[in-house]
Amino acid sequence: MSAKTETLVWLAQRISAMVLAPLVLVHIVTVIYAIRGGLSAAEILSRTQGSLFWGGLYGLFVLAAAIHGSIGARTVIGEMTPWRGRSLDAAAVAFAVGLMAMGFRAVGALT
Amino acid sequence: MNRPTVGRSRRSIGEGGSRLSVGGGRRLDNHPAYWAFVLHRLSGVVLALFLPAHFYVLALAIEGEGRLDAFLSWTDDPWVKLSEAALMVLLAVHMTGGLRLLAVEFLPWRDWQETLIACALGAALVAGAAFLAIAV
Repeated sequence: MSAKTETLVWLAQRISAMVLAPLVLVHIVTVIYAIRGGLSAAEILSRTQGSLFWGGLYGLFVLAAAIHGSIGARTVIGEMTPWRGRSLDAAAVAFAVGLMAMGFRAVGALT
Repeated sequence: MNRPTVGRSRRSIGEGGSRLSVGGGRRLDNHPAYWAFVLHRLSGVVLALFLPAHFYVLALAIEGEGRLDAFLSWTDDPWVKLSEAALMVLLAVHMTGGLRLLAVEFLPWRDWQETLIACALGAALVAGAAFLAIAV
């Protein structure tokens, strides 16, 4: 990977972290609020179904988490195992795409 | 075995020809910043592994409320609740540790590093304790 691309990856990791920080805070508060009195599918769906706010928030969450998680996994694997190079880059992209597919499917199911 | 050290004040780098020492005598693996790094990495790896499972479970709602409820009833198990609380702590640890990293990288107030580590850990533990208190 060229130095320019590596810099862009570093920047994407930081920008996605900045996006994730407030979303994680909202998520933690929401989870703690939602589990009062037990958790049920009906309770979750009554909050999220048809909601542009929750759909948009969690859609953005999935996008940022997929970018952040795949870059982070690539960094950890590259630093702690002998695996690096193009195959690792390709695996990181595949992981990001997989996370986005699964994440958007989940957001679609709930909203 | 001589190990590299870091600290607030720079005292010696390779003094005596055998010791890499950058500061007040603390070994790198006994410095709060080292443990902040370990926690950030560990929490990140666990969260990355957890995400696909989390998305899979939430997508069960496509198959109907009953399918999701069947899974949610499994989460009533105390051990599952404890695991969820641990995940909550790891999420909070990763977020607060990440905010600290962003502050270290982008803001000029580096002397606050150790205070930020303590604040990050404290906030994460509060989040986990709140989850556990309400969930159980």
